Amino acid sequence: MSSPALHLAVEIDGDGAHLAAWRRAAHSPDELLTPRRVSRVAAVAENAGFTLITLDDGVLPPGAAPNPVGRIGAVERAAFVAASTSTIGIAPVVPVTYAEPFHVSSQLASLDHISAGRAGWVVTEEERPEAARAWGRPPVDGADARARESRDGVEVARALWDSWEDDAVIRSVATSRYLDRERLHYIDFTGDTYAVKGPAIVPRPPQGQLVVLGRPDQVPAAQLDVALVGGRDLGSVSAAAAAAAAAGTPRVFAEVEVALDTPDATATERVADLERHAPWRDRGRLRHIGSADQLVSLLAELSYHVDGVRLHPLVLDEDLSVLSGLVVPTLSARRLVARPLPGTSLRSTLGLARPANRFTAAAPAATGTATATATAATTQEDVR
Amino acid sequence: MTRTDPLDVPRPHAQLHFGVFFQGVNHWTIWSAPDSGSQIDPASFRRVAQTAERGLFDAFFLGEGLRLREVDGRIHDLDVAGRPDAITQLSALAAVTRRIGLVSTSNSTFNEPADLARRLSGLDLLSEGRAGWNVVTTDNAWTGANFRRGGYLDHADRYRRAEEFLTVARALWDGWEDGAISDSPGAREWSTPGAVRQVRHRGTQFDVALAPTLPRSAQGHPVIFQAGDSGEGRDFAARNADVIFSAHGNDFDDALAFAEDLRTRLRAVGRPDDDLRILPGTEIIIGATEEEAQEKKRWIRLQQVTPATALGIAGLLWGIDLSDRDADGPLPEEDPVVAENDGSFGARRIADPRAVVAEWRAKAEAHGWSLRETVIALGPQRGHVGTRSGLADKFAHFVRHGAIDGFNVTPYLIPDGLDDIVDLLVPELQERGLYRTDYTGTTLRDHLGLREPLTHRSAPDHRQAG
Repeated sequence: MSSPALHLAVEIDGDGAHLAAWRRAAHSPDELLTPRRVSRVAAVAENAGFTLITLDDGVLPPGAAPNPVGRIGAVERAAFVAASTSTIGIAPVVPVTYAEPFHVSSQLASLDHISAGRAGWVVTEEERPEAARAWGRPPVDGADARARESRDGVEVARALWDSWEDDAVIRSVATSRYLDRERLHYIDFTGDTYAVKGPAIVPRPPQGQLVVLGRPDQVPAAQLDVALVGGRDLGSVSAAAAAAAAAGTPRVFAEVEVALDTPDATATERVADLERHAPWRDRGRLRHIGSADQLVSLLAELSYHVDGVRLHPLVLDEDLSVLSGLVVPTLSARRLVARPLPGTSLRSTLGLARPANRFTAAAPAATGTATATATAATTQEDVR
Repeated sequence: MTRTDPLDVPRPHAQLHFGVFFQGVNHWTIWSAPDSGSQIDPASFRRVAQTAERGLFDAFFLGEGLRLREVDGRIHDLDVAGRPDAITQLSALAAVTRRIGLVSTSNSTFNEPADLARRLSGLDLLSEGRAGWNVVTTDNAWTGANFRRGGYLDHADRYRRAEEFLTVARALWDGWEDGAISDSPGAREWSTPGAVRQVRHRGTQFDVALAPTLPRSAQGHPVIFQAGDSGEGRDFAARNADVIFSAHGNDFDDALAFAEDLRTRLRAVGRPDDDLRILPGTEIIIGATEEEAQEKKRWIRLQQVTPATALGIAGLLWGIDLSDRDADGPLPEEDPVVAENDGSFGARRIADPRAVVAEWRAKAEAHGWSLRETVIALGPQRGHVGTRSGLADKFAHFVRHGAIDGFNVTPYLIPDGLDDIVDLLVPELQERGLYRTDYTGTTLRDHLGLREPLTHRSAPDHRQAG
């Protein structure tokens, strides 16, 4: 990696990365699903200087009794948070295994308008058969089928974001025309399981294309701006990162689960306390259980292998304060992270160029399907 | 209008309710004026919503169209277009408003209950009980071309699907008992065992099984709006809706007849006949004098009905492309052509175009009107024009006689188009005791004076609306 400065993302869903995190939360359970809670956590992350928050989601409950079974939709939370923050990037998790790509594209484009270009999208899969029954659809069975739905969904969303050229609204009094219809494009997408006509009903997002994040084993490299890579140790993380970069994904973030020492208890004690209720599920990610200083050293080491990390704090109310009070300031002092600047798009913060519009780029030819032109657009992105 | 004893009317104490409809499509929104603002910048939405809240409006309302409008297979380019997703935009507005209701128009044909009911619930929780859902239906394949299933639904089934959709949505909204989540930091269980019920529904439209993921909000369910005007649409509203967003708000007799019709339908399904709020869509133009108001209206109409728009509206009536004609010249000599309705904007919606054209010809000839003048005078009409006191008297008559409960106002300018109404008309209405002087509740259901959600009542319910 060219620069050792890391981008810091943090996942802020629920009460933390552990199913039983709610037991150590600084609030009563019934405060979780309130607007105050949603905006407070986002404000802490923004003030701490994180580049990005992500918000996990899915059609199924986040867990089962005795743990939390409720969750407000990630896009709704993201939009709510966007209106009360000014700097931090905001990326909801939105699986397209069953969802309508046309709706998802509209929602995310709207989020980018609302946040003035701070929006991202974490693409995940709905794996469980219960999701199909909730949606009332035949199950999308197997990793290949799920990957197909993600690939097509991302392709449709990206094509729709380009379906309005930036200057499609012309307000020409002389010709009585609000739109220049030559600058609006049918995407005419046809995939394996469905087709989408277009154009979008939302004008092109301020960033042109939102920042798309996902796992390289689930989403094609060319469709991702940021690959989220796992790996239980530094060796596997750096191998996965190198593979993602070689595949052409412009940025790579490592997934890191963290439990930190707090003034009240050591990280080990805190994990042990929660493990009395449930094991901390192993997702094959790097995991740090220890002091803030040790985490700083780990992140410094990681900065040679990845562009950023996405932190998954054990308990938000405990670990986020240590992260914002100790970890981020130390990293900042050592110039290992850069704070995002107000008024800067997420894309700019990540050093990604605003992509050319595939339809503008393809204009002279005036033919070619969305699928064919997509590759050209993503290639331009790769050039950075 | 004749002045009557203010107490000698059917509803002497009835108050007017206002919503604001940030429309984002069609020619009523002027885009060419110096103060015509952005249709997508979040600041425009914030400004309109906050102005409405300053004016103690009940609701901020967003529409939806799931495909860009077309005429003759080409994208309609004359009007404002390009809007944010409604629930996403409203979730953002929930953070910058405190009291006003936030109503999303969302389609029951191209959504699924698990997703849409949850999104509405999320908005309802984030706004602490201020969400509304305007239920709309579509059946055409033209819109379906943007969705996985395509145009799958028969026209006859669109309300059947909407009604079954609502049944599933309400089951999801009722899936959590009140107080299901523990309020104690040291609780052994996050939620009370058994307090969250699985929803299983198998019907002609939906076969789903799922666990609802959200508790009820402060208002129980999002407030249900309905906008269809057909007999089927009215019956749907009578069975399911809390508010009807009607097209009957210009003429008093027409408005009253519509209201009476709805009350009859409400009684027929066993609901109290004051159970539904009637909020026609309208435009309100205010002048210091009657003449000034009329002059303002003329200016507004000329901005709205540009020469190209006049040719477009006439083209829809005639069923032929008139875009190369002279809007300032006479009416086309051809007879109208009857075309098929495919659902696109350009498709015919006029029942008997020949009769309408004949009427237009007769009046244009009598007044010496050009095509554009004819469209302005006889084309789509709506709105109330007058001085603030004249309008207040008129609205008092409408509301106290039970013809309407208020208006869903479409500003002709974004984002400043509500200022006159809030600064001039609202105080005039307040002086007459016709409008609230403060919000008395916190939820949209409170503002509208509605009873509990329909599934929460012990039948029969004869309680008075609050």
